[in-house]
Amino acid sequence: MANKIKLGHVHLSGCTGCLVSVADNNLGLIKILDDYADLVYSLTLADVRHIPEMDVALVEGSVCIQDHESVEEIKETRKKSKIVVALGSCSSYGNITRFSRGGQHNQPQHESFLPIGDLIDVDLYIPGCPPSPELIRNVAIMAYLLLEGNEDQKALAGKYLKPLMDLAKRGTSGCFCDLMTDVINQGLCMGCGTCAASCPVRAISLEFGKPQGERDLCIKCGSCYGACPRSFFNFDVMEEFESISEIIAGALK
Amino acid sequence: MIEDPYLGKYITCVSARSTDKEILQKAQDGGIATTLMVYALEQGIIDGTIVAGEGDRPWEPKPLVAMSREDILKARGTKYSISPQISWLKEATRSFGLDKVGVTGVCCQMQAVRKAQLYPINMRDVPDKVAFTVGLFCMENFPYKSLQTIVEDHAAQSLSSVKRMDIGKGKFWVYTNRGNVSSLPIKATHKYEQPGCHVCLDYVSNLADISTGSVGSPDGWSTVFIRTKKGNEIWSKAVAAGMFETKPIEDVKPGLDLVTKLAKEKIDKNRKTVEERKSFGVNKALRNPYA
Ligand SMILES: Cc1cc2nc3c(=O)[nH]c(=O)nc-3n(C[C@H](O)[C@H](O)[C@H](O)COP(=O)(O)OP(=O)(O)OC[C@H]3O[C@@H](n4cnc5c(N)ncnc54)[C@H](O)[C@@H]3O)c2cc1C
Ligand code: SF4
Ligand code: SF4
Ligand code: SF4
Repeated sequence: MANKIKLGHVHLSGCTGCLVSVADNNLGLIKILDDYADLVYSLTLADVRHIPEMDVALVEGSVCIQDHESVEEIKETRKKSKIVVALGSCSSYGNITRFSRGGQHNQPQHESFLPIGDLIDVDLYIPGCPPSPELIRNVAIMAYLLLEGNEDQKALAGKYLKPLMDLAKRGTSGCFCDLMTDVINQGLCMGCGTCAASCPVRAISLEFGKPQGERDLCIKCGSCYGACPRSFFNFDVMEEFESISEIIAGALK
Repeated sequence: MIEDPYLGKYITCVSARSTDKEILQKAQDGGIATTLMVYALEQGIIDGTIVAGEGDRPWEPKPLVAMSREDILKARGTKYSISPQISWLKEATRSFGLDKVGVTGVCCQMQAVRKAQLYPINMRDVPDKVAFTVGLFCMENFPYKSLQTIVEDHAAQSLSSVKRMDIGKGKFWVYTNRGNVSSLPIKATHKYEQPGCHVCLDYVSNLADISTGSVGSPDGWSTVFIRTKKGNEIWSKAVAAGMFETKPIEDVKPGLDLVTKLAKEKIDKNRKTVEERKSFGVNKALRNPYA
């Protein structure tokens, strides 16, 4: 067995639901921690007080720019990590913290929250509110293969992770309107309905085969665009769905 | 395993039809999609499946989570309009409480399922609960208003009188309950196609466990590709159980040559469209989902 990678969980302005999603891999998580990764930092689960060196930092939550420590923490995370992952929609897109505007006890001045990609370079997104346990699991395994695998495994991990890296390059806002601007307006929507299935708040219905958004219900999580098969569709990976599923299942055996 | 640039990966290809007379009465072709899902349900391979049921308007499909033979049979026949099948994918594992979900649909919907399995974005539980997928061949699809225009204006039939629609031999065919047949050249329907279909690079549902369509086989029969290990296992069992009559695809006319020809036409044409999008504006491109 090659070396284990160093994994950390950094908690900014999040709800810990992303960490619960990590944990909801059940014995899969225990297997990952047994064989592939050491959890070197996680205030919820371990007593390490300060951000250590990490191969992969899973960052949950957005950053309150009026909170000095949070700003320092995200900068420190970038410095200490090889791969920074925005875990969940708050970290990737701001999500519900996009609606924050201050004025509440005991820090009424804590009014501005930004996704981490507005403060540091982010390598990869795992969008979702909540993010799917299976996607977190896949990214953890692929990050291990990328850093510790043989040449074939590195190549596979590289092509698997690419679209999630591209999402990180694309920007820091998520919204129902992504489906309009980047799918329907671009002549790409084919009415599959995936967006409606992925939306956590049922803000999307399909009228005559096209998405209809309740934008006052939308919490700006960016899931619908991520899940849409016309946002990214990387044939080189998708055509191998059978063997890649077997590799992931095999790694967890 | 055969790896064809236009027909995808597959283990075998046959011409087949169901042996279930009741299913065949209203099936579009050989009743493969319906029979496979009924068989999978009866064998406990799935405990429910997403099918294109009847919608609120005549010939408007509406996705449905079917959990009985009766409900699966309600979806027989091709509806040439958009049925957002995947909108129920997550819900099937929630309020419906399914553990082994079946999905039927056209090529792009098979793609959506595989993407949700490999990159589940707000799709918790979906990756491991998709148990069986049956994909249909698909050249293009139409928004409901397009279908209305084609049938009511071009074919001059009332949608509510229509028994069956079919695309074949260069024509769009409309059969009515009272026995009338109208047709129009397929060329006249091109402008009504869903624009999103013009970037579609899949004709024979390459990513399904089993895919099926009419092209290649005689009327009343289907062309069937058995693709994955899971698909192969289910197909072998169903054939052994006497669910299907089969013939080697090499023994039927027009056979795989025509399937390949049409697949090539679709993919080459749409590749060109994807390519042209790169220089659609002046120093500006339209987005390419495959980049
Ligand atoms: C839009 C469209 C275009 C097609 N184009 C071609 C083609 O170019 N060449 C070709 O050979 N075959 C094409 N087909 C497939 C063909 O028409 C039959 O659906 C297929 O052969 C299955 O026949 P069957 O007898 O096995 O299905 P049946 O047993 O009659 O069952 C019908 C199945 O089709 C599904 N279905 C019906 N309408 C839709 C819809 N709108 N969206 C998603 N699923 C639907 C139902 O859920 C059900 O599973 C197309 C189908 C559709 C829906
Ligand atoms: S998921 Fe994408 S392609 Fe499918 S209906 Fe929604 S916007 Fe259209
Ligand atoms: S419509 Fe739904 S899935 Fe899309 S961004 Fe809004 S809340 Fe998220
Ligand atoms: S042509 Fe492609 S995109 Fe259009 S409905 Fe058929 S499979 Fe979907």
